[in-house]
Amino acid sequence: MAPNPWKPGATLDGFTLGEVVHTGGMGTLFRVTKPGSSEPWLMKVPRLGPGQPSEAIIGFETEAAIAPTLKGEHVPSCIAVGDLASTPYLVLEFVEGECLEDVISAAPLPALEVARIGAALADALHAIHQQEVIHLDFKPSNVILRRDGTAVLLDFGFAHHARYPDLLAEETRFRAGSAPYVSPEQLLGSREDRRSDLFALGVVLYEMATGKLPFGEPDTDVRNRFWLDPPPPSVLAPELPPWLQEIILRSLEPRAELRYQSAAHVAFDLRNEEQVTLTERASRKTHAGLFAHLGRFVRARAEFGPRLRSPKALLSRTPVVLVAVDTTHIDDERHPAIRLATSQILSQSTEYRLICLTVIAPSTPSLDHLVRLRHWVAPLGLSAQRLSIHAIESGSPGETIVDLAKHNTVDRIVIGAPTEGGRAWTNSTASTVTANAGCSVHVVRVPKP
Amino acid sequence: MLTALFADIHANLAALEACLRHARDHGAERFAFLGDLVGYGPDPAEVIEAIRAVPGAIVLKGNHDEAIEVEPKLRDLNDVAYAAIEWTRKVLSAEQRRFLSELPLLTHQGDSCYVHASANRPEKWTYVEDAATARASIQAAGTSYVFSGHVHEQTLYFESESGKTFSFEPVPGSAIPVPPRRKWLAIVGSAGQPRDGNPAASYALFDDTSHTLTFFRIPYDHLATARRIRAAGLPEFLAERIERGL
Repeated sequence: MAPNPWKPGATLDGFTLGEVVHTGGMGTLFRVTKPGSSEPWLMKVPRLGPGQPSEAIIGFETEAAIAPTLKGEHVPSCIAVGDLASTPYLVLEFVEGECLEDVISAAPLPALEVARIGAALADALHAIHQQEVIHLDFKPSNVILRRDGTAVLLDFGFAHHARYPDLLAEETRFRAGSAPYVSPEQLLGSREDRRSDLFALGVVLYEMATGKLPFGEPDTDVRNRFWLDPPPPSVLAPELPPWLQEIILRSLEPRAELRYQSAAHVAFDLRNEEQVTLTERASRKTHAGLFAHLGRFVRARAEFGPRLRSPKALLSRTPVVLVAVDTTHIDDERHPAIRLATSQILSQSTEYRLICLTVIAPSTPSLDHLVRLRHWVAPLGLSAQRLSIHAIESGSPGETIVDLAKHNTVDRIVIGAPTEGGRAWTNSTASTVTANAGCSVHVVRVPKP
Repeated sequence: MLTALFADIHANLAALEACLRHARDHGAERFAFLGDLVGYGPDPAEVIEAIRAVPGAIVLKGNHDEAIEVEPKLRDLNDVAYAAIEWTRKVLSAEQRRFLSELPLLTHQGDSCYVHASANRPEKWTYVEDAATARASIQAAGTSYVFSGHVHEQTLYFESESGKTFSFEPVPGSAIPVPPRRKWLAIVGSAGQPRDGNPAASYALFDDTSHTLTFFRIPYDHLATARRIRAAGLPEFLAERIERGL
């Protein structure tokens, strides 16, 4: 193959190459412009040619396949993809903002800052997971924080797309992700579990909260995360509140089924500290002793020893359902029907989460309503980890429901239709929610005899 | 240019027409029929004429097409398939039988190889059903793309950087990037006799400009085809198979 033909000043497919922004092991980044457009763009050119690692080529091939499919504010827009055989390049949006790596250099950060940034990171991961993509190389240097606080994920060279053949699968001679952040199941060759990204998110949360990496920076042996219990973050950062420690340590569980099951749930807990279910993790002050570690080491060898193949954890099987319950009219005949509809929806999955919401008039004491809401939801028999309960004061319930659903990436809203003799449909909360929600809405009616 | 790829049509005119219509609606300009035009189904003459009416079509011979002219060895076809072959021989004209007998086993066009079974000794009708058989076909073809049938389930095989061959079960309707710098073998799925429990017809579209391959499942009135199989006096099992897609 000819040597890299790209130099600043050259033009290619209508793009004019500008300065080199970055040169790394995997390739070169140029600023590029195109006549007629004022947008700042970047061109990513892989290192090709004799002697270059084929990892760079497959990574580029993977990114060239996945980047154009990704939509939304949490990824750079993909402007163009060059011909892979002759002129391989990607032109991407230049994302203005601060690299998370620079932000983290100031760690330990205050708990609320960790929660705010962490929730933005979880939002970004959830956005790509919803598009059937797993990042698999999530780390601070692959994240840009925009000025408005949203996180943008970069570099999909290690990513997995559920609808495409995985070019990196079984390429076992390549590293799997970045050593400090890589999940145990990735080390075992799994590339189909999006909870791997949630482990990496846990490492980043730990790093933001303590300024340290939970498993250090291992050079060769990264298998410590199968059995090593990282020091509880509150030991390193004494101000760390229990709820944040709970979230971080749950994210770092070696077994994916003990972690959060969706990034949306992590984001939710980071934004709703009062809703975090505290377990023994929250108050852990010491990490397991020598004998406990030894036991875990032996167990991990037994469990993870055979090549682990976790079933695909599909996002469609972990829905977030929001049910709007009118606790002001507690004898309303719609309540049993709404509860039945909710339980039918939840019965389709074992990995759902239910957000139970009542909207109350401004300046109403909320405790009564929370009690009623708990009473309403009790017959569904949900564990605390699957359930959260909210009473929100607002004069416009429809907008409040739509907003809450949007901020918590709710998949389905369950709401009662207006009663007969009540409000007209067009003036009802149900119609406002149905018209404006970003997700499906299940409108419940009481069957007429 | 978009190439529509059909295999294992098995004398099912309704399935073929549904797939052809879908492909034309999506802008297909080139059409390849990867063998087994006849056998099992009730419309062998109609399917042959429909395919001959497609200008510039690539048409290949399958083992069922071969069995019309050459008495198959007993081990090659089961009783049901053989009964259908005997029935098919009777309803085809001498001219249609000649058309089948003159079909090629394998064709190269550009960077693609078209074959019914394996490009590695196509006359052996080897089933490409795992990494090893896929690899043998890919290596014998020597092209970036091999399009074939014989196996009825849609599968995409590809070579990894380390030279190993892997398989992938495509999601219908998703355009899969298939850059030509590695080797790909697509089993496009059976148009006329699906066997994966889904009675919808299978076919695929290859875009040689964007280098994407999209597999499709096309519903058609398969119950009508099953009725026609019964009306023709073909074995009952063949009608049930169309009904259940198994």
